[in-house]
Amino acid sequence: MKVPMTEYLEIDLDRELWLCRVCGHEIGPARGLYKEGLLVHARDPREIHKPVLDPEMYEFTFAPDPSWVQILEYYCPSCATMVEVEYLPPGHPPVHDMDFDIDALKAQWKTRKPLTAGELAGPDMAHFAQHTHSRKEKAQHRHGGH
Amino acid sequence: MGKSENIGDQKREQDLINQFLADNVLFLGPDPEIMENHDIAPRTDAEDKAMKKESDPAVLALVRDRLQAGCNETFEMLEQMGAAPGAKWGDLITGIFTPSGDLAVGSTGGVLLFACLVHHPIKFIKKYWEKEPTVGIREGDGFIHNDARYGNIHNTDQSLIIPIFHEGKLVAWAGATVHEGENGAIEPGGMPSAAEQVYDEGLKMSPFKVVENYELKKDLVTYLQNSVREPKLQYEDMKVKLFVCRRLEQRVKAAIAEFGVDAVISSLRRGLEDSKTEVQRRLTEWPEGKVRTVVMADSTLRENCLIKINLEMEKKGDELVLDFRGSSPEFANRCNNTVLSSLKGMLCQLFLMFVWPDLPRNQAVFAPIRVICDPKSTLRSSYTTPNAESMMTFFPAFTAAQLCVAKFLYNTPAKFTKVIAPWHNMIRTFIWGGMTQHNEMVGNLCADLNGMGGGARADRDGEHAIAPIFASMADTGEQELNEEEVPFIQIVSKKIMCDNQAFGKYRGGQGYEMIASNLKSNMWGFMVCCIGSKVSSTPGLFGGYSSPTYPLCKVKGVDTFEIMKSHPEKWEFSIVDIMNKQPFEGAKYSTHHMGLQFELCNRGELYMIMQGSGGGYGDVLERDPDLVIRDIEENLISHEAAWRVYKAVFNPETLVLDRDATQKARDAERAARKKRGVPFKQFVKSWSKPEPPANIPYYGCWGEDCSTIYAGPFAGVPRKVMRADNIEAVFMPNPKDVRIAELEDRIRTLEAKGRG
Ligand SMILES: [Zn+2]
Repeated sequence: MKVPMTEYLEIDLDRELWLCRVCGHEIGPARGLYKEGLLVHARDPREIHKPVLDPEMYEFTFAPDPSWVQILEYYCPSCATMVEVEYLPPGHPPVHDMDFDIDALKAQWKTRKPLTAGELAGPDMAHFAQHTHSRKEKAQHRHGGH
Repeated sequence: MGKSENIGDQKREQDLINQFLADNVLFLGPDPEIMENHDIAPRTDAEDKAMKKESDPAVLALVRDRLQAGCNETFEMLEQMGAAPGAKWGDLITGIFTPSGDLAVGSTGGVLLFACLVHHPIKFIKKYWEKEPTVGIREGDGFIHNDARYGNIHNTDQSLIIPIFHEGKLVAWAGATVHEGENGAIEPGGMPSAAEQVYDEGLKMSPFKVVENYELKKDLVTYLQNSVREPKLQYEDMKVKLFVCRRLEQRVKAAIAEFGVDAVISSLRRGLEDSKTEVQRRLTEWPEGKVRTVVMADSTLRENCLIKINLEMEKKGDELVLDFRGSSPEFANRCNNTVLSSLKGMLCQLFLMFVWPDLPRNQAVFAPIRVICDPKSTLRSSYTTPNAESMMTFFPAFTAAQLCVAKFLYNTPAKFTKVIAPWHNMIRTFIWGGMTQHNEMVGNLCADLNGMGGGARADRDGEHAIAPIFASMADTGEQELNEEEVPFIQIVSKKIMCDNQAFGKYRGGQGYEMIASNLKSNMWGFMVCCIGSKVSSTPGLFGGYSSPTYPLCKVKGVDTFEIMKSHPEKWEFSIVDIMNKQPFEGAKYSTHHMGLQFELCNRGELYMIMQGSGGGYGDVLERDPDLVIRDIEENLISHEAAWRVYKAVFNPETLVLDRDATQKARDAERAARKKRGVPFKQFVKSWSKPEPPANIPYYGCWGEDCSTIYAGPFAGVPRKVMRADNIEAVFMPNPKDVRIAELEDRIRTLEAKGRG
């Protein structure tokens, strides 16, 4: 069984592998750091968060300071989806951010059904039936209809 | 000890010593037994008896609804009647507490973390004042409190607490907390970033009695009024909070009259126990394991430096452990430090607002969660360390936790909220003070602090300037109403800045710009207090980018109101245009980090800030190109950013999307990623360094080794390396001394040049 862990990563519980959810690429062992199977690029943060004030005129420009922070971008080597980004001071080792107990995960998912996209994203806000202007809907709610 | 002494003697002697020590305490400081415990108190005999007598869930639910309605009613009252700007715009809460002091019911609106911390002062009052002959706890009494070290966020928030009796027995407590603002600190407005010691931070009220027979004691009220810049506000809001607590008392008594005292006691206790059990049940559904993150705070509010917030979140069975060890040391003479209990209150808010908003708003929800911090770290600061701006470290800690929670939640089938990227976490607002047009001295803040941008969600964009991380329902205020009371205006407000976006498959909600100036006072000034001018404060999730960084922009030395009269065409109505075009001749334009200590603003000078964006979610190349066009139409992003970041191709005149060309551009960008991306192991070899860069003032552990803590270097003070279990507080030099030293250096260099 494959269980989604993030927007772009899932774990194949049978084969104990991290997979790319976009292209199915086998990233690496599920008990290891998934980042090891990805491509990384350290980016000057000003390429993304561009200065909006003239950097010739001002010290602070709405852009981060590249000598204090860099963006590490992690790409799937097969489909190039940007699986994760990490903002770190230059030289700070990448963080081992997800370290799940695979045996426990297997036990948990033994009886669970795969999740729908809606279940992955989480529930929508409660329906505010009392705010509806349709009498028909109101009547339905009064009688327990949904 | 002599050999002949037997064990009975030893015990008698020890008891005698203990009694002597208890009777002769010199000073009742914060009690670690109370302050380090956030679990619900043990069930008392009285509670046990009541629960046995009344256990019908239907009755208990009725009682709870009745008390909840009472809390919501009093919340409305406090909001309507309170004088503090914080009260008017929702930065307050009311709650009902068990006899032991646990928060059992909090109002649906307002700042929950206030109430989550009031159990500490109540427990202090119970432990120390109940049996104290000079104090005591009687019907009609009321206690006031604001010192974070006895349980609070910071001392700008004041609580009033009253015991509720039934037939002579204490059955509950009622409490009301408001962000009051002014508290007599070194700077006006209640959140002094210039404070270098706790004694600079203004009123530090340990819990004490200010009400007897339901009346405020005039002598004490006068003393408190005499200690702050807004004596009217101090008095008015004490009255209002007392009135609100009395209404809560009325509601509790009405519930007792209708359902019986056992039903009320049982309902309060049952709600807590059930909430704790339910959280434990929900936690078992989360995947087992560890999730880690690093969030960097980039300022103490006096100077820029990198303050590491390090978090490892471990879920095991029905327990969640938040381990912040490895985070920055405390700062001895900066007020950005957090008392451990304040951190827990903020984290409790995360779970109640962003993870399980369906649960009752009580403190038991956080009971199964453990928090570990190094002693003397900035998240567990010492008694003598200032903490008025604790948000500067506990907001990033909240964000670290929000990021980790999302990585546990995604895989969990039963969710109670959307999976969400971090909410914007800084109070980008003006604190102000001075003499008003009505000749009154004031010090407070703008409600714009409540307009934080929402994080992007797993299936939709974040909302703009929607709500603060510390309250689900709070308002950003009406500037026109403010202008009747205070002498400054926001010339530009509620205007969203183009490209101020956390990019992603779903983008974060954006914030608006504010351009403020003093119009009507001869003595008026501003402060701002935020991190995130060099390193963004709010990261994204699952490949989404963070918020941008935000400076403070100033235009000084010119009265722009006069220019508005004489040359209205010169006025530009955006920060970018004013700063880049510099339309006002003779003015001084400058940018700064967002830690501005109180500074006078003359008529027509401009102070300009931006609210922040929530974090982005997912890969930018996956963003629906129609949403990119919509953002252009709404002026949220520029054509340039739509191309540079999202690779959207469209007709610049008509904004008609070229889907094929967009697809091609995105494919090309994916190919470019593969080209520039380096395999992880190879990347790490060249990237990772054994220590922080030598030229960056860095505070905290480096990499995953949490046992070694770095501090500095800063302004000539060399870097210190210490063990995490033996942290020394960091002492920062005065920024003015740093500047003087820099200038003296320059003079020496120039003089040497002149001689040579
Ligand atoms: Zn892929």
